[in-house]
Amino acid sequence: VSDDSTTPEAAKEPAAQGGITQTPGQAAVDQSPENVPAPTGQVSQVGVRHGMFGVSGSGDTSGYGGLKSAVVFPAPAQRPFGGWFDEVADALETAARGAGLEHALGDVTVLRDDPALRFEFCASVSGVHYPEDAGRELHVVYHLGSMTWNRRIRLEVTAPDADPHVPSVTGVYPAADWHERETWDMFGVVFDGHTALTRILMPDDWPGHPQRKDYPLGGIPVEYKGGSVPPPDQRRSYH
Amino acid sequence: MSTTDAYAGTSDTTEGRVFTVTGQDWDSISQGLAEAAEERVVVNMGPQHPSTHGVLRLILELEGETVTDARAGIGYLHTGIEKNMEFRTWTQGVTFCTRMDYLSPFYNEMTYCLGVERLLDIEGDVPEKAQVMRVLLMELNRLSSHLVAIATGGMEIGALTVMTIGFRERELVLDLFELITGLRMNHAFIRPGGVAQDLPPGALEEIRGFIALMKKRLPEYAALCNANPIFKARLEGVGHLDLEGCTALGLTGPILRSTGYPWDLRKTQPYSGYEDYEFDVQTWDTADAYGRFRVRLAEMWESLRIVEQAADRLAGLEGAPVMIGDKKIGWPSQLSIGSDGMGNSLDHIKHIMGESMEALIHHFKLVTEGFRVPVGQAYVPVESPRGELGAHVVSDGGTRPFRVHFRDPSFHNLQATSVMSEGGQVADVIVAIASIDPVMGGVDR
Repeated sequence: VSDDSTTPEAAKEPAAQGGITQTPGQAAVDQSPENVPAPTGQVSQVGVRHGMFGVSGSGDTSGYGGLKSAVVFPAPAQRPFGGWFDEVADALETAARGAGLEHALGDVTVLRDDPALRFEFCASVSGVHYPEDAGRELHVVYHLGSMTWNRRIRLEVTAPDADPHVPSVTGVYPAADWHERETWDMFGVVFDGHTALTRILMPDDWPGHPQRKDYPLGGIPVEYKGGSVPPPDQRRSYH
Repeated sequence: MSTTDAYAGTSDTTEGRVFTVTGQDWDSISQGLAEAAEERVVVNMGPQHPSTHGVLRLILELEGETVTDARAGIGYLHTGIEKNMEFRTWTQGVTFCTRMDYLSPFYNEMTYCLGVERLLDIEGDVPEKAQVMRVLLMELNRLSSHLVAIATGGMEIGALTVMTIGFRERELVLDLFELITGLRMNHAFIRPGGVAQDLPPGALEEIRGFIALMKKRLPEYAALCNANPIFKARLEGVGHLDLEGCTALGLTGPILRSTGYPWDLRKTQPYSGYEDYEFDVQTWDTADAYGRFRVRLAEMWESLRIVEQAADRLAGLEGAPVMIGDKKIGWPSQLSIGSDGMGNSLDHIKHIMGESMEALIHHFKLVTEGFRVPVGQAYVPVESPRGELGAHVVSDGGTRPFRVHFRDPSFHNLQATSVMSEGGQVADVIVAIASIDPVMGGVDR
């Protein structure tokens, strides 16, 4: 942000700065630090959108067909988070130091047992498959709740498609048992340490993991009075 | 054991003998087992069994009458609703998720819509009348759901009168649903940004009449069950799970409240204006099936209180909007009854066809393509009759959900089957599961 070449230029014209006292040779960002934008966290692209109107399967006559835009999730928030989030972040750091961990989330036991955290309730485990989020295609999302503090946090863990292994939390949260089985069943995420990681919703001998994006929805055309309506994933769509 | 079913060829057990029990034939088993009575018996109960609340399969290991090992098998009603939702617009998603837990459809719609509204950042813009109608419908739904829980639970232990009066009262609630939404179930009525339609004329009178009637009828359940020695003997101490066990297993809803812990998201993390209603969180202290029955019974009274307050508010909100004012999100049309049945209101047709090109474009775009939801993810749980129900809604900025995952309380709470049934008798398994009140449509999704 601070570019030295612009500094002398600004110093030459103090009148143009509206009376703000300036020290010659000082960078603009140092002169008014309150105007410096907060640093943004690292974002990663999870997909690409083509065209402007989300048309697929039919000719795009809008003239915007060549447009490509990245699908980027919001960057991680920076301190200060506001509300009770800072307290949780502080407690996480303190607990991590106390336990000698590199990162507080290296051990979810801390999340459950630390008196300042007490996320004793694992509400759900859910998977999301981002085929274009290279190297971290599979996301496992835990929703943790603290009944003691009446707070909720979301914990997200990623794994690559090539090595879909994530440590199981069932030892800490027995409630995650079926949820992890479901995530294995639907996404093929292997939860290391789960005592009985078997399919739960699909039949035991089912091939593939249905909620992955490379798994087709399936379906057959619906015929009505001689006409035929294709299955939902093959119809014209705007997404 | 040989079979004529080509598809069951490989599923036969490889050890022990197999008896196929169809009822009234216990003698053949006891005689067949007579010479080897010490052997453990594995009973496969379901998935087609009237006492297992739908297609739930139980695998019980017995020693005599005592259950030593209980496992639940689910997935027989898996319909891929979450996958299907990824191929429809955000508004159409409501039509799918309402079918999950079919006894509490409004809650499914509600948690999904709250998630979508949080992503759209329009939580504060949903009109007041829509919020009140949502609360009204949800609390009526809690009544109908608890009535079924009590009715089927009673039926399973032979209390048939409880069943008949439970379904009698549920029918009254469904009549109200039909009047307000047009359907008895699968309403798809709560939509992102509001609700589908305004209250029909005469609805408030019907609701008031229903409240008055329920105040007479609800005491019948207490009179039939609360102190009934047979009822108490079957329920007391059965399916016992204390607060520690509930917390470890993450159980919510009436099961958690039957331990005496007043955890209710309507109070602790209010949504849809619940903080403005007067009601109490009902608890019990026995942590067993009887306690859960009492909690449900008491909660019905609380729901009635909330319905009463919501009806009073709605009386003062006549003519207020029920859908968000933002024309880029709100469903453009209202429905009305015409000479050829229900359809778009003639006023709306006149507006888009004769008066406003922009309104026509908005209607066309919103109905065919839908609105776009900003990139992100949200999880906004609600207190369903069975516990915490939440939808993890993920958007990639498109007109369709990128992923929706439902945290269904039935799915979660069924994990307590083993710990509630093991060590008890076979007959108590039924009572324990009835006290969880699982709905397989929600479990399997």
